[in-house]
Amino acid sequence: MSEYAVELRNVVKTFVTPEGSTINAVDHVDMQIRHGEFFSMLGSSGCGKTTSLRMIAGFEWPTRGEVFIDGEPQGHRPPFQRKVNTVFQSYALFQHMTVFENVAFGLQMDKVPAEEIKRRVGEALAMVKLTGLEKRYPRQLSGGQQQRVALARALVKRPKVLLLDEPLGALDLKLRKEMQLELKTLQREVGITFVFVTHDQEEALSMSDRIAVMSHGKVMQIGTPVEIYERPRNKFVADFIGETNLLDGTVRAVQDKWLMVFVPALQAEVRALNNGEFRAGQQVSLSIRPEKIRLVEKPSECVNCFPAQVRQVAYIGADTRVIAQVIQSTLRVWEQNMVSTLDPDAYFQQNEQAWAVLPPENLLALPVD
Amino acid sequence: MGRRAPDGGVIFTFTLDNYIRLLGLQPDCLNPLACFDPLYVSILWRSLTLAFNTTLIVILMAYPLAYFIARAPQKRRNTYLFLVLVPLWTNFVIRVYAWMMLLRTQGAINGVLGWLAGLFGMPFTPLEMLYTPGAVLVGMVYEFLPFMILPIYTSLEKIDPSLYEAAADLGANALKTFWRVTLPLSMPGVVAGTILVFIPVMGTFVVSDLLGGKQVILVGNLIQRQFLDARDPTFGSAASLVLMVLTLIVTVFYTRKFGFGKEIVVG
Repeated sequence: MSEYAVELRNVVKTFVTPEGSTINAVDHVDMQIRHGEFFSMLGSSGCGKTTSLRMIAGFEWPTRGEVFIDGEPQGHRPPFQRKVNTVFQSYALFQHMTVFENVAFGLQMDKVPAEEIKRRVGEALAMVKLTGLEKRYPRQLSGGQQQRVALARALVKRPKVLLLDEPLGALDLKLRKEMQLELKTLQREVGITFVFVTHDQEEALSMSDRIAVMSHGKVMQIGTPVEIYERPRNKFVADFIGETNLLDGTVRAVQDKWLMVFVPALQAEVRALNNGEFRAGQQVSLSIRPEKIRLVEKPSECVNCFPAQVRQVAYIGADTRVIAQVIQSTLRVWEQNMVSTLDPDAYFQQNEQAWAVLPPENLLALPVD
Repeated sequence: MGRRAPDGGVIFTFTLDNYIRLLGLQPDCLNPLACFDPLYVSILWRSLTLAFNTTLIVILMAYPLAYFIARAPQKRRNTYLFLVLVPLWTNFVIRVYAWMMLLRTQGAINGVLGWLAGLFGMPFTPLEMLYTPGAVLVGMVYEFLPFMILPIYTSLEKIDPSLYEAAADLGANALKTFWRVTLPLSMPGVVAGTILVFIPVMGTFVVSDLLGGKQVILVGNLIQRQFLDARDPTFGSAASLVLMVLTLIVTVFYTRKFGFGKEIVVG
């Protein structure tokens, strides 16, 4: 067994546009996916995540670079010779076959004996909770059930890697949440490597062991959900995952784990986290999540605190979302609802004055692209 | 359900004489074996086998063509479909005449063959192609090919391309994908095309008249002659009814067996 279940080494996929020019849908991508991992590729449409998945499946071949599955270079190997299986976005169930025939199809192609097919199809259907529906046709199933058939059909072949192309995209929100949990549980049970493509960051964060954030064919960052959210490596990731406030400035001084950054929009020097990359005189972008800024009436001790004017208050129950004018910058601040039920209106009102506290340990310095 | 009057009119009485005649028997004959005349039964049989053969050949020719068109790039598909339809702009009969020009003893095909033979210094006797059962078959296949291509194309084009990918993903090579996925999903087109071809071929008389001469008489010709030449509309009607029933039986049997595609049957 090789070190990685799937590896993409310097992979490029070039397409010719209808206008005749060329575009790199996948642009020098390196990716190492470990055995048994739940790995997500996250990005907006056109970021190259689906093309990357299709290259692992064998529906597309890399223009340059190489895809390895379990250490073996795949070259131009067709899909039916790869040890991976795919769950398609549209499910792609065979409408002329029953649920049983759909799930059995892959095993029949492998010339598995009929007795074993029967047993394994039964197990696969039990795993996705579809026992008893063997004789139905796909059109007689709900969307969620069709999804499960697609899953069983791919899993029954016991692939080294299961590829999932936005499999939950067509389900409604409630079913989607259920299936997210179920998929995650299933993945732990079967221990197969899952490569999951999605544009839904919440989905990616809640299910994945690791996430590759992609944009314009490039990998922007690979890391655990916590790393991606708390320690984004660049402005794109900071901005794409969740929400963030970005403040541009110049590094004035470096004091071991801290940076002193002059931010023109705040007309002041602020203290920020140094991840070790920056030197005095460099331009940086400071990123701070809206939920990590605090709004107070009077600051007790003042590191990075600035007078703020409350511009808009949006009450959404668990959170209150405030837009505050801090010197010359506009910051988004989300505060957890800590208001006493006795006096629910005791929060800041529009146009009130307050102080915004930007805790230095939550102020992350990022390169200015 | 009537009797022919001596002047070609109809005497309206109930009689099955015409049907008995069609079966090759005579109403007054007591010994069926002695007076059996296979003329009309053989005409019916010939029509049936010709329709069957035509449909089979048309399917075998139309399927690859339809497959080719359905798999062609979007831009070219319309051009190909246009080319399939162009012949239909010309009158049916004129197109059959065109085949006469091609198949005649002094026709285009013999001309080219003769020229080729001359080129290699071989002796050449023009082939007798016109007025043979083969000529009728060629004409039928030619006339009805578009009516098979179009429904097969439509059903092939409707197949979601991700199904091919799913089949490949599950381990099926191109041939297995075709047998297990493409062909079953395109069966509704084949069934529809078969009905569009088989039924008219059973009843047609123009093609057999012009390309078969007196050699190939089909039910269609028989009926036509009863009404126009023999002036026996009662016998013609009986033959028409038998043709209808025969066609109906074959069609019902066929659609029961293959369905209009399984999906509709189970739906």
